[in-house]
Amino acid sequence: MSNVAVFDQNAGAGVLAESPLSHVSGRKGGSSPGVILREKAFMGYLTLRGNAADAAFCEGVEQVLGMPLPTAPMALHQNTQKGSSILWISPDEWLILLPGGTEYETELALRAELSGHFAVVNVSGGLTLLTVTGPDARHLLHKSTGYDVHPRNFPVGKGVTTTFAKATAIIRRPSETTWELVVRRSFADYCYRWLVDASREFGLDAEI
Amino acid sequence: MLHIYCPYCGEHREESEFRPKGQAHILRPKDPDNCSDEVWADYLFFRDNPRGLHHEMWLHATGCRKYFNVTRDTVSYEILETYKMGEQPKITAQSRAAGGEK
Ligand SMILES: [Zn+2]
Repeated sequence: MSNVAVFDQNAGAGVLAESPLSHVSGRKGGSSPGVILREKAFMGYLTLRGNAADAAFCEGVEQVLGMPLPTAPMALHQNTQKGSSILWISPDEWLILLPGGTEYETELALRAELSGHFAVVNVSGGLTLLTVTGPDARHLLHKSTGYDVHPRNFPVGKGVTTTFAKATAIIRRPSETTWELVVRRSFADYCYRWLVDASREFGLDAEI
Repeated sequence: MLHIYCPYCGEHREESEFRPKGQAHILRPKDPDNCSDEVWADYLFFRDNPRGLHHEMWLHATGCRKYFNVTRDTVSYEILETYKMGEQPKITAQSRAAGGEK
């Protein structure tokens, strides 16, 4: 239990929310696009910090999220029932992704469950997520990041924080065919335009 | 381009993900009020600049954002080992001179 003043940052349906890509018009990629790009806007993001060697901390997180805390580097755990996931960011830091609107109750639940030296920060306003699918998704990534995205190095269930098009991004692989990019809000426009440019040779379908 | 092994991520990453952060293993004087100006100035301002083996801190800036230590040859740029904060190097000028690990 932590005695910290928190508030629900989600203003609710009565207030117009704009994704950082609300201004782009998207584009159609013809009959067989090599790359399909979508934005999953308005998801909930919580940065979690704590001691992975503390059994009570690990159990508390698992209790709230319904999936174990990933302690192996770059491990991505998913709770498909809840539509949530948690990614190892560093030995004492994780990024929790949640369906939009559930981040506040999850933060409260974590605060109620955990004790001692830990931190939960709602960073939902600062990030957005792009999904990259299609037959040329991996070729697109080859052009965009120095990280080795070959399946032998990047299996399903992995996520890395690395450089992407000279910006920083989290690249996640939640399933065999889907890549996800978690980018900062202020870099979303730049990353989108990079992806449009880099996808030209493959054909891009981007309904943003 | 260097390929640097991050001891926290447990894999090699490209140099562009890292930032060098200067000499490692610098100890703050335990009693600053009662140490000499020379000792304090040495702690604050003076750094080794060896030709050859050097122990440095590096930051995995666009990865896990952790500091770690690197033993690097400043002549060849070769990175001989990386190790976590709080650990000591296995490869030192002495171990090299003794013909151990080089
Ligand atoms: Zn790292």
